[in-house]
Amino acid sequence: MAEVSFQAVGKTYPGSRTEVIKGISARVADGELMVLLGPSGCGKSTLLRMVAGLERISRGTMAINGRIVNDLEPKDRNIAMVFQNYALYPHMSVFDNMAYGLRIARIPRAEIRARVAEAAQILELTPFLKRKPGQLSGGQRQRVAMGRAIVRNPQVFLFDEPLSNLDAKLRTQMRVEIKKLQTRLGVTSLYVTHDQAEAMTLADRIMVINDGVAEQVAPPLEVYRRPASAFVAGFIGTPAMNFLAGRLCGDGRAVELAGGVRLGLPAPVAGGPMAGGTEGAITVGIRPESLRLDNGHGDLAVAVDLTEMLGADSVVHGRLADNGSTLVARLSGIVPARPGDRLRFTIAADALHLFDTTSGRRLDA
Amino acid sequence: MVESRWWITALTHAVLLLGVLVVLLPIYLAFVASTHPVQNVIQVPMPMLPGGHFWENYSQVLGRGVPTVGNVPIAVMLFNSLVMALGIAAGKIAISILSAFAIVYFRFPLRMAFFWLIFITLMLPVEVRIVPTFQVAADLNLLNSYTGLILPLIASATATFLFRQFFLTVPDELAEAARMDGAGPMRFFFDILLPLSRTNIAALFVILFIYGWNQYLWPLLITTDRDMTTVVISVQALVSVMEEEPQWHLLMAVAMLAMLPPVAVVLLMQRWFVKGLVEPEK
Ligand SMILES: Nc1ncnc2c1ncn2[C@@H]1O[C@H](COP(=O)(O)OP(=O)(O)OP(=O)(O)O)[C@@H](O)[C@H]1O
Ligand SMILES: [Mg+2]
Repeated sequence: MAEVSFQAVGKTYPGSRTEVIKGISARVADGELMVLLGPSGCGKSTLLRMVAGLERISRGTMAINGRIVNDLEPKDRNIAMVFQNYALYPHMSVFDNMAYGLRIARIPRAEIRARVAEAAQILELTPFLKRKPGQLSGGQRQRVAMGRAIVRNPQVFLFDEPLSNLDAKLRTQMRVEIKKLQTRLGVTSLYVTHDQAEAMTLADRIMVINDGVAEQVAPPLEVYRRPASAFVAGFIGTPAMNFLAGRLCGDGRAVELAGGVRLGLPAPVAGGPMAGGTEGAITVGIRPESLRLDNGHGDLAVAVDLTEMLGADSVVHGRLADNGSTLVARLSGIVPARPGDRLRFTIAADALHLFDTTSGRRLDA
Repeated sequence: MVESRWWITALTHAVLLLGVLVVLLPIYLAFVASTHPVQNVIQVPMPMLPGGHFWENYSQVLGRGVPTVGNVPIAVMLFNSLVMALGIAAGKIAISILSAFAIVYFRFPLRMAFFWLIFITLMLPVEVRIVPTFQVAADLNLLNSYTGLILPLIASATATFLFRQFFLTVPDELAEAARMDGAGPMRFFFDILLPLSRTNIAALFVILFIYGWNQYLWPLLITTDRDMTTVVISVQALVSVMEEEPQWHLLMAVAMLAMLPPVAVVLLMQRWFVKGLVEPEK
């Protein structure tokens, strides 16, 4: 149905000098659900609102289905948006809320009724059609907002943190519903969130945004397994990835952590920090869950500060004996480590993530 | 919570009753006076119970008028007052809601300058600018016309301000959702903003209707034709007759009639805005 593409899209708000979106290029494929993920203030909503036509595009081009929409009014873009606070019309019934856009588009009455009835049925809103938004629960309001979007048969759905006003349980339930609905309707969607669990479950691909720059655009598992930058690596995954200072040595075949621990690499790293060279300072990323307890031969000796027992697994916070940097490990099962205990961990060579210390970019074999 | 002892309840009721009495007694006396022939009214003490001249007095003022104020039936003046009060209330609301809409929802050059200009007019009520306003009205041939009665009083900074404050509390997303739904600015205004403002409108209408109804100075200046005067002016005219004793019975009948429309408006609109207060819609 529709493909959305960004070409070096940038945004500067009028009256401010800093660029909020700094040249993002990407393509959202037809029927794909792309999640825009990033910390607060990174520009997710701004980018989404530029797609909607609610904010002007300062530079670059944006196209929907090959048609450049930079100067198109929202109503001419055939897009529907679900707002964070739902933005339902408080004085209209649920039915009228959903029908409003259709009425403006001068769709015949009978068809409006049919479309709203269908949407209401999909969203289980049929019993509430006569109520006002004020008489609905948060979850029901959220569904009305979805209903208002789907009755229009838009080319693109936009969601701006649609679940953030719901409680944790309902949020998990609704995100499954949204995923099912989107798959069923096959409508290209952009979904803003800062909740990584939501992003991981919903997304076909995730765009991780940091300070107006798209750091990585990739499927959820790839973002997790091969983060393109130290920022992405630190943002995705809980507890957050450990970052240790290190040095590339042995012709790019090993890293040496500050303090002297030497870890071998599965394949020599090309393109090290010094242009063309293979040795020099880098950042080593280790996911807490890829550390293994091995008190016999473990390379990393850790003094335990604190252990969180979560039942299914335990999170051990400690400091590396060699250089004092903090290290968090997530181990399955119950690990009865006490503050002051010494544990040794090993790490599989292919589970190391290496990043250029200055640029933050990932270094690969 | 206040304790609910029986004597506290009794006391509060007594105080309230006293208050009601203080407010209602003069009105009651006015009503009594309006149902007696004039001799009864001017005797001392005045009768405390309604007399038998209700129809006579009221039909005389309504239908034939009072000789001392030119025999213009009060019905005509009531109508004039009604047109003026409705015109002022409706006009003020229409103009101020539109200007507030423009100021809040549109970006145009000198937007804030216009806002402050409107704001400054707060310092210039009719009484202050009455001479130039009269000059303009006279030049435009607006003397003795409804337009002349209404138009100069219509601009309202207070109402504009009120609507502006209200519009600022309406979430931006509502306007954006309407935009996504394909509604243009005027459509958004009529379909969404106006219905949301209706309790504000009702409250303002009551206030402005009474304001318009009670106008004295401006109608006095602009209407020289007896047929165009308002009922409030005629009440004053009936009191200040030159040589003879005021005709108190007729005067009171006119006063009672002059009071009715504002009371009716308050009673009628009260249901609206109490409803609006009980179930807030945002
Ligand atoms: N109307 C505006 N004028 C100027 N700057 C703005 C405006 N709106 C947003 N910004 C700035 O743009 C940046 C990005 O804002 P945006 O709302 O897109 O963030 P976000 O990623 O959606 O954050 P959140 O997760 O908190 O919603 C912020 O630094 C914000 O201060
Ligand atoms: Mg946002």
